[in-house]
Amino acid sequence: MNTLLNKKKEPIDKLAASSAKGHSLGGEALRRMLRSPVAIIGAVITGLFLLVAIFAPLLAPKDPYERYLQSEVILGQGIIPGAQAGFPLGVDDFGRDYLSRLLVGAQNTLLVGVLATVIGVVVGMLIGGLAGAFGGWVDTVLMRLVDVMLSVPSLLLAISVAALFQKPSQWTVIVAVSMVGVPIFARLLRGSMLVQRSSDHVLAATSLGVKRGTIVLRHMLPNSLGPVIVQATLTLATAILEAAALSFLGLGDPDPNRAEWGIMLSRSARQFLDIRPELAYYPAIAIIIVALGFTLLGESLREALDPKNRR
Amino acid sequence: MLRFLVRRLLQAIPTLLILSILIFAWLRSLPGGPAGALLGDKATPEKIADLNRILGLDDPIFIQYFKFLGRAITGDFGNSLVSAQPVMSEIGNFLPATLELGLCAMLIAVCLGIPFGYLSARFRGGAVDNVIIVLTLIGVAVPVFFLGYMMQDVLAAPLGLPSQGRQMAGLDATTVTGFAVFDGIITQEWDAAWDAITHLILPAFALATIPLAVITRITRASVLDVLNEDFIRTANSKGLTQPVVRRRHVLRNGLLPVVTTIGLQTGALLGGAVLTERVFNFRGLGFLLAEGIERRDYPRLQALLLFGALVYVLVNMLVDVSYGLIDPRVRVR
Repeated sequence: MNTLLNKKKEPIDKLAASSAKGHSLGGEALRRMLRSPVAIIGAVITGLFLLVAIFAPLLAPKDPYERYLQSEVILGQGIIPGAQAGFPLGVDDFGRDYLSRLLVGAQNTLLVGVLATVIGVVVGMLIGGLAGAFGGWVDTVLMRLVDVMLSVPSLLLAISVAALFQKPSQWTVIVAVSMVGVPIFARLLRGSMLVQRSSDHVLAATSLGVKRGTIVLRHMLPNSLGPVIVQATLTLATAILEAAALSFLGLGDPDPNRAEWGIMLSRSARQFLDIRPELAYYPAIAIIIVALGFTLLGESLREALDPKNRR
Repeated sequence: MLRFLVRRLLQAIPTLLILSILIFAWLRSLPGGPAGALLGDKATPEKIADLNRILGLDDPIFIQYFKFLGRAITGDFGNSLVSAQPVMSEIGNFLPATLELGLCAMLIAVCLGIPFGYLSARFRGGAVDNVIIVLTLIGVAVPVFFLGYMMQDVLAAPLGLPSQGRQMAGLDATTVTGFAVFDGIITQEWDAAWDAITHLILPAFALATIPLAVITRITRASVLDVLNEDFIRTANSKGLTQPVVRRRHVLRNGLLPVVTTIGLQTGALLGGAVLTERVFNFRGLGFLLAEGIERRDYPRLQALLLFGALVYVLVNMLVDVSYGLIDPRVRVR
């Protein structure tokens, strides 16, 4: 009997150790993502975009604000010089190097997208977390507010917030776009909190006498992060598109110096499509690829993190 | 059924009430207050004080709100700063154009999205599936206004389609209801009806892209879910023919989530209409809103935003109700 127990003990321990090692949700999700071509394409696009955005000032061959060929631009006659030596993608209506502006534009586009998403996540999680953690009238009041925000179509919501500010700037765009994400993240977090409130691990922590704040922060929040990260990745794509839409409607940053893809696209599409259509194509293609990258990454993350897909 | 309808209607009221409070606060938080916003560039301190007295802005804030609410319910949102017309009559005049465009776009999205999604699910993992998935992903990644300009630039001339406005300049068409196509048909002015249809095609397709992509993906996912259900195995094993299984069991159950999606996509449509109508100079509510933004026409913006939310809430309510009609499992509750 004794020997039997001793004999069995070791392999079981080993087995437990190996299975714990091989089956953590994060690790398995990562391995599943590495096997999926969609995830890899998404990750490569996103990674490249991040690299370009971070190192844009070093990568840009010319000063993006210097008006090199301004004398050759004659808007009255519809003349904007095309691609030429030193300006592989041509110049914009101020005679500035378009390639350099696109590269630096990656940085500003990322900034708008990331900040809008982060603000949306933080405010949304605060609302959803409070509602989910407290329940009762806090929940009712906060969720009513979220319902109201959801009752306005997303672009109209962004428009109404952006129109609040008398002077549009990059910051008003960021705040307006972030408001679209707030109700989504609030709903997401609250839902997952509610499920967990009655789950075994929270019950266990409660019966051990762990404080409510600690339970929420240490036990409930980390378990809700998966879906939030997925949604944030997807929101980054829509945030960039919505910022572009706001620019197009005249609610964007009016500073002509600012190099940002949405601004570049909407200015070129509105004004120079007949003269130099490529001035609209380049930022449009950049936006489409980046939005696609974030969407692919988000979708494959969702699939990889879905416990239903675990094997 | 009636009780369900009434309950849903009652549920929408608090949402709209809170929204009206927010919009009331929105106008009030503008520099210069609503009087400043109403007067626009012409605002001087004396004029603002005058208007404040006339508008009753010296009253306590909650009385002001109830007055605002009373006016809003009767449809009085003041005059537009751009056209000097009552905002409500502007909305009435421009609504048919947007309805026409929106319905067309939704029709395109549904009529193409459901078959695409179904095909994609049926040939899962095949070439058709992959092409459709890639297209839906690109569909949501393209800025709508850019797509509109692209269509004008690339498609309009080769297809012989007009790319601006709702009607050919100088066309003598009788306006009865404001719905250009419908008017052409009931007055039997076939050239006018045809002209209106050609003007709708490009903007409708531009507007349809996002709902089309979303409906395709939802249909695909939902059909795949249904294919795994026990009742499909049962249907197959009791010897029903494939067409019968597909039509009666797969499609009918697979389309349920699509109905909800159609409701939610009205939101994308309302937002997209602002961009599309601006690009195509299609004079509808979206055009009105875009112009209102450019001119900072707050009375108009306020009314249009509230109207947009109202439409969105009502459409989703209708969807909920129709859900009860087509799915007996929901009706019980």
